[in-house]
Amino acid sequence: MRVSQEIEITPAKVIINGEPVAVKEKGEKMLVELYRQYANDYPKFFKMDTLCRLGFIASEILLREEQVEAVILANRSASIKNDTDYLSTITGENYYPSPALFVYTLPNIVTGEIAIRHHIQGETSFYILEDEQQLEQIIKSTITRHPSPILAGWCECSGPDTFNAKLQIIWNN
Amino acid sequence: MIYCVGHSIISPLGEGTQANVEAVKAGHSGLKIYTDRFESVEPFCASLFDTPQEFVPLCIRSVEMAADKSEILKSPETVFVVSTTKGDQLDLLTPAKEIAQHFGNPNLPVVVSNACTSGVCAQITAMRLLEAGFYRHAVVTGCDIQTKFIVSGFQAFKALSQEPCLPFSPERKGLNLGEAAATIIYSNQPSDLSNRSNWALVKGSIHNDANHISAPSRTGEGAYRCLTDVLAGVSPADICLLGVHGTATLYNDDMERTAIRRAGLQNVPMSVLKPFFGHTMGAAGVLETIIAMKMVQNEKNVHVIKMLSGFGGVNAAIRLQCE
Repeated sequence: MRVSQEIEITPAKVIINGEPVAVKEKGEKMLVELYRQYANDYPKFFKMDTLCRLGFIASEILLREEQVEAVILANRSASIKNDTDYLSTITGENYYPSPALFVYTLPNIVTGEIAIRHHIQGETSFYILEDEQQLEQIIKSTITRHPSPILAGWCECSGPDTFNAKLQIIWNN
Repeated sequence: MIYCVGHSIISPLGEGTQANVEAVKAGHSGLKIYTDRFESVEPFCASLFDTPQEFVPLCIRSVEMAADKSEILKSPETVFVVSTTKGDQLDLLTPAKEIAQHFGNPNLPVVVSNACTSGVCAQITAMRLLEAGFYRHAVVTGCDIQTKFIVSGFQAFKALSQEPCLPFSPERKGLNLGEAAATIIYSNQPSDLSNRSNWALVKGSIHNDANHISAPSRTGEGAYRCLTDVLAGVSPADICLLGVHGTATLYNDDMERTAIRRAGLQNVPMSVLKPFFGHTMGAAGVLETIIAMKMVQNEKNVHVIKMLSGFGGVNAAIRLQCE
């Protein structure tokens, strides 16, 4: 296995291939700042929940020059941030559930958003795991089937300003 | 190739694989119309347990029923793979750990959360982990319990039918939700367990439509690619049963029909299980695979395919072969 590119995003910092990137904002606002800087041509970004925005922007930066055939992501808390937001719309006596929020109550939606943006018709998978070490085992057992590189990594969001992503472009050889 | 060495289904139709197979053969359905469950503002039709079940105890019972030897469950060479969309009240990892720990298994469980395809994807994950040599056995358990969260969401999507679903019918009005737990135990050695079923999982494939997060592709692109992948090495004539998703939503069934035709499988007998069990979400892929294996005669070189599609544009298919 060989990693050709890597990005790390936390609410306070962005590191692309080991180099810190200067950002003015923090948390959710920083994700919008990154969108303005690196994409800015995909208004659907603003419909997405925070988990999707995080995975979207990380993949947007990594896939500027390379193409991948599969997207394998994982985290520990699934879609809990958006689940909680959706739950708040169905409490009380007269409630109006929001279909726009409900669709994001699955963690694998972020892999779908990335696939749509980059026309990836290969595999998309989402796992709920303890840590990145466990994800490495999954990636090792998956990548032998892929001659082209895959986009894989950790993509976690438990609150509007509590998130972290570490995505890589990984080659089999 | 990995070998099915045990399985179980617990659903409103019965306890254990045999009870569920007999209920399906007798034409029984778990579907009922509910007017007062989950504070629903409108009636809905679903297959629910009469006594509300809890996620972890239900999964544990399903695993116990599938295993004839508890040594396999606690072995460091065994991994638990849990397929679910909402787990135990939105928590997916903690309940999976509780299930593995209940059996004294020392390994971290893997949770597959790939929307409605999870149960098929979990079996593919098990195959990869066993074939890569990380483990010798995988306990694949699929389960979802219905809640106000899920019912209100599907209602908001206008995806639920208030009547028993009609897959592939021009009159279809939407899906019915369901509850179940199902387990398949796979092993990389056919001789490992005494109650092996003669069935092996030989191929699996996952593809995204790259089209829309909540609507399937009109051309069935992802599902078509999955079907052609799992057909590698055999011809459509070798497939004796195609277990489709058949949710009875307008778009899903149209998409599947297109994908099946494109893959040249239109003459293969199809099975749709939603009118019996409803859409059991995380359990569907596991439960429907078990029923498919039991619905065809155990004859050498007989093949079945199980396919599913879900939110996020994801599609998955597996091919099983009778040895």
